[in-house]
Amino acid sequence: MQRTMRQRFENINYLDLLLWVFRVGIIVAVIWGTVATVTHNRYSTEQWLNFLTFGLAQGGLYALIALGYTMIYGVLLMINFAHGEFFMSGIFTATVFIAIPLNESGFTDRHPIWALLIITAVAMSVSTGIAVLTERVAYRPLRKAPRLVPLITAIGASFFWQYFFRGLYGSGVTAFPDVALLKGTWSVLGLDITRVQGVVIVTSLLMMTGLYIFVMHTKTGKALRAVSEDKDVAALMGIDVDRVITITFAIGAAMAGVAGVLYAMMYRQVHFFMGFFPGIKAFTAAVLGGIGSVPGAAIGGLLLGMFESVGPNLFLEGLGIAAPYQLKDVIAFTMLVLVLMFMPQGIMGEPIAEEKA
Amino acid sequence: MERTMKTETRLDWRDVINLGLLAAIIALSLSVIGVVGTFGKRDIIGGVITMGHVFLFGAAAGGAYLAAQRSKSNRAGPTLLSGLVVGLLASLPLIVLILVAEPLDLRRFMHNVSPELLATLTFGQGQGVGIVIVTAISAVLGMVGAGITLIPARILRPLLWGLVAVFLVGLLSETIILAWGNQGLGLMIRGFMFAARGLSILGAATVFLIVAGLNSWWGSKGGLIRERVNALPPRQQKNVRWGGIALGILFMLFLPMFLRTYLSEVVDNIGIYVLMGLGLNIVVGFAGLLDLGYVAFFAIGAYTMAVLTSQGDFGIAGLSFWVALPIAVAAAVLAGIILGVPVLRMRGDYLAIVTLGFGEIIRILALSDALAPIIGGAQGILKIPNIFIAGTEFVKPEQMYYVILGGCLLAFFVSWRLRDARLGRQWMALREDEDVAEAMGINLVKTKLLAFASGAAFSGMSGAIFAVKLNSIFPHSFNLMVSINVLCLIIVGGMGSLPGVVVGALVLVGLPELLREFAEYRMLMYGALLIVMMLARPGGFWPSAVRKRELDVNPNGSLPPGEENLIEPVLQEG
Repeated sequence: MQRTMRQRFENINYLDLLLWVFRVGIIVAVIWGTVATVTHNRYSTEQWLNFLTFGLAQGGLYALIALGYTMIYGVLLMINFAHGEFFMSGIFTATVFIAIPLNESGFTDRHPIWALLIITAVAMSVSTGIAVLTERVAYRPLRKAPRLVPLITAIGASFFWQYFFRGLYGSGVTAFPDVALLKGTWSVLGLDITRVQGVVIVTSLLMMTGLYIFVMHTKTGKALRAVSEDKDVAALMGIDVDRVITITFAIGAAMAGVAGVLYAMMYRQVHFFMGFFPGIKAFTAAVLGGIGSVPGAAIGGLLLGMFESVGPNLFLEGLGIAAPYQLKDVIAFTMLVLVLMFMPQGIMGEPIAEEKA
Repeated sequence: MERTMKTETRLDWRDVINLGLLAAIIALSLSVIGVVGTFGKRDIIGGVITMGHVFLFGAAAGGAYLAAQRSKSNRAGPTLLSGLVVGLLASLPLIVLILVAEPLDLRRFMHNVSPELLATLTFGQGQGVGIVIVTAISAVLGMVGAGITLIPARILRPLLWGLVAVFLVGLLSETIILAWGNQGLGLMIRGFMFAARGLSILGAATVFLIVAGLNSWWGSKGGLIRERVNALPPRQQKNVRWGGIALGILFMLFLPMFLRTYLSEVVDNIGIYVLMGLGLNIVVGFAGLLDLGYVAFFAIGAYTMAVLTSQGDFGIAGLSFWVALPIAVAAAVLAGIILGVPVLRMRGDYLAIVTLGFGEIIRILALSDALAPIIGGAQGILKIPNIFIAGTEFVKPEQMYYVILGGCLLAFFVSWRLRDARLGRQWMALREDEDVAEAMGINLVKTKLLAFASGAAFSGMSGAIFAVKLNSIFPHSFNLMVSINVLCLIIVGGMGSLPGVVVGALVLVGLPELLREFAEYRMLMYGALLIVMMLARPGGFWPSAVRKRELDVNPNGSLPPGEENLIEPVLQEG
């Protein structure tokens, strides 16, 4: 709907005004903090670059998880709250059953690449299995129900899987064995990046490109796009909607499984609660990039990762806040709120907040 | 058409096998995640059956029941056979587990595959005998589960009620003994009814006979009594109802006298959750706004109370509880409105995630060093003084009970009056369809903000009482789990239903408090419960009247006769 400037001004009410004040307030705070930090010269250029590469790696992880959110949202218009648990289940299982025994037997030291590939394959299959099972049991029977209902089952599924794996493998933190190959740094363009971060960035970029090609250039990808456009019409065109939805869950979860392996390599630990925050942040990333859009999820993830790693030091420290690193989650959540308030269509997405949400 | 004919006359074996495999997966999962082993220490009938066994074989019996129910076959032979198949399938993975657990050293991977679990699985009889026992019980229970469908309801109902009563009394035997005390008659009854752990066999039989007898009596006479009450003139009917309510209130007033300190503590915790649940019920149940950050208001109420009254380092005013309470509630309401404004334009799932973010932001802020000089960071706020009423200091849980009860009754009254008021009907219109509601002239901004504000008010009050009850608060008390607990309890009770909140809190807060084993698996069961409730009983255990009517709507959309006009007015008048 096209509106002239005058109509816009006529429609402004106190609520819009309040939101504008809020928006301006946040922008002023961010600029204020940034200027203060930069003028005080707290960190060297090298430190900033380190923050950035860390943010890029972190963002790659978010992007991989966000792809699942975005794809599932695309076909079902539903926030799959349990997606973080798909991410956790794969790598947790792979660590307990594969990574630790392989490391103990010395296989990892002899064939590090094979070991990592096996771990990844197992993590991907477990994540996929859990996702398909969840979809079948908790979501499919409720596809015609009011929208609040599948959301509640998704929350239920999220906690169910968290505590299921807690019961299975214990509530403590399990160390993910070190891989000697991934120690040390690579020098790229005169910049030292740790090997783990390099692997994480490259893998996530490769996976995202692969997914993009799959969605855009294969028959199944076409079916997937058709279903996300309109389920009923897609069914009329002879597409097996249930099958496509299952495939969507499987692919999204497989991506999350890979992200799980990358996470374990980066933080060298796994635990039952590890999926929760990355899950919510990946959702933020998906919204930021425009939910429903595959490249959007990638961009949103990378952006969020960088904001989170640079943000606390850039704007919060300048505002004189003590221990800003503790507040990095606050940055992510505030970004989510801001994006949903002011840019619900995200960077790459279509405007959906009104019609579909 | 042809297919449905077939399933009516003949068992669908694929269905049976699927259900058997499902039961097998459930039984195995419950074993390896430790539920069976942990609850294996909770005897229901002393030395005979434990809660662990109920979980273990519940899957077989339940699967068999579903299989038999689906087949709709009335013949005994095939029905029992299907039950047997489900039971045997369900026992299969358990047998494998018993056999491989030790040779493969499964405990290395899954710490719950412990000797205790194996002891529960084999009834402490060693591998060979254990396998025979497990298989036999599973098969028999499978047949029983399937056989249930063959028994006429008149006989089945008292039997099931009797079994449920035995189960509950046995499960809660520790609590019942605690409440009973140790003197005179109590001790005699106790010696007769209870074993060292759980019910004695004699006690179980007694409970079963009493409850089954009462139920079958009510089955034959209950209709008559209800009819007689319904036949009374409206005036007297009202009197009967008020009499019931008065009795209930009287019972609640004297409750702490029967309960001892420990049980009063449990009831206090339930009360705190009821208060929160009533608040969230307005937001989620009435207005349909899914709020996952509800704990934020609880935290704000608690922190306001703490800062205003504390005698310690972080207290700023040293006010009394009664002066601080309205301020704490006002702070929560203000927060409700402030957090409500940005999310006004969001719907459904976005709202859920954003409110979750808010809840987490509040928790992280409370925990952070940035705000530590004001609200104590991870150290929390200590030395919150007790409540004084007429010069008496309220210290013991039995005394706090009255404060909490007062809060709950107030919240109950307010929600009850609001529900049928103009505002309540506006909320429900909003829940059903925002666009239509707006078209009907409802001011969405005002209505939504009022929902957030009233929900936050109850939560803030709850938080304030919570702070005083503990005399100190820590940021860790305000995590996401609280929000999820409250959400679960109103969903289990029935969204939008006021008695449902109480039922939900009794089950979801009371049970884990009474049974230590639940604590470990609390969230697992909540998660499963959320899914199962949504699949099987979306209205909750005590659905609200409107919801009940909606659920009775036939699949093709028409209402039961005579009820066509019951839903519409709610929407139109709003």
